Amino acid sequence: MADKKTEMAQIELIIGKILRIGVMVSATILIIGMLLAVIHGGTGYAEYQFPTTLTQIFNGITMLKAGAVIMLGLFCLILTPVLRVVVSIYAFAKEGDYLYVWITVIVLVILMIGMAIGFIKK
Amino acid sequence: MQQIILLLVVGVLAGVLGAILGIGGGIIVTPVLTLAIGLDIKYAIGASIIAVIATSSGATIAYLKDDMLNLRVAMFLEIATTVGAIIGALLTGIVPTGFLFVLFGAFLLFSTYNMVQKLRGKVAEQHTGAGADRWAKQLNLNGTYYDKANHEQVDYAVEQVPGGFAMMFGAGIASGLLGIGSGVFKVTAMDTIMKMPLKPSSATSNLMMGVTAAASATVYFFSGAIIPSVAAPLAVGILLGATVGSRIMQYLQPRLIRMIFIPILLYTGLQMVLKGFGVHI
Repeated sequence: MADKKTEMAQIELIIGKILRIGVMVSATILIIGMLLAVIHGGTGYAEYQFPTTLTQIFNGITMLKAGAVIMLGLFCLILTPVLRVVVSIYAFAKEGDYLYVWITVIVLVILMIGMAIGFIKK
Repeated sequence: MQQIILLLVVGVLAGVLGAILGIGGGIIVTPVLTLAIGLDIKYAIGASIIAVIATSSGATIAYLKDDMLNLRVAMFLEIATTVGAIIGALLTGIVPTGFLFVLFGAFLLFSTYNMVQKLRGKVAEQHTGAGADRWAKQLNLNGTYYDKANHEQVDYAVEQVPGGFAMMFGAGIASGLLGIGSGVFKVTAMDTIMKMPLKPSSATSNLMMGVTAAASATVYFFSGAIIPSVAAPLAVGILLGATVGSRIMQYLQPRLIRMIFIPILLYTGLQMVLKGFGVHI
């Protein structure tokens, strides 16, 4: 039982680190974007007009458009839980808990299918 | 500028409440966006999806550190919620939603009754694992947490795993199809069906709802339903609020958390049933 507890603590430590990095990175980008919006007095885009493809977002960032910077921050925020699932697979594998490696792989595959459907439907 | 400050404050409030109760905070965010700012419902839904993810990531950091959530329960049940969410999203526009709204709303109302009974002590709030489940053992789901309010280590067994799994599947469909109750259903399923204590139920729901929401968030993101100038201050406020809320929650009496949860459960249930009959509140 003690083994199981240390195993869980290890896994939680790794996942916690990923979440903290994800939150820090997205929050920093979002705050920079908001400051840019305040300084520029707008997002750099017309109302209800903002970049929705990754190319548009990167083009906007090179021009320091607040809207594009914010979209990048939001994208990082959305990716954080996905990254958490990916890292969980590694963490469970490292601790030799193969039942949960499979369970987590299934979750990731379903998540990918969901995202793919999202792209196609669009 | 005024709008940024309003959204930051709303975000902090939604983050604190969401982290404590294990819900997405849409119950606070959506009305403010549609009523106070006059945002179209399409953009309000996009913003509340971002709110769910921000609450989840912000709160989970502390819940992982303090061993409050049950990672295995979360991973296992995520299979059900993600499959349900995709099916729900695909069924949009095919299945008449009225019936589902009534069905899920009725479940929430029943859960409200059940929670009130628990509050009044008519249903024992013990988790000794008398009805320990075969599946819980196989999947190694039983857990333990330290209650900072009562200064005690609480060991708990997880019961009725197939029932909880089925309910999570329904919860996934509901959130994918109806766009409502991402966290409320999860907490209720763990607390009411699987007989987990309220605190780990809430913490585990916080972890899970980020993953469920991430799948649909990409759809909203690339279809332009997320307005950067609205979502950014909201997300930053929520991250802050959820960080604080996840620390406050651990010192609250489970009874108090239940007392805050019950009116929200009642409100969401009523709202869904009425919506099913075509009445919008």
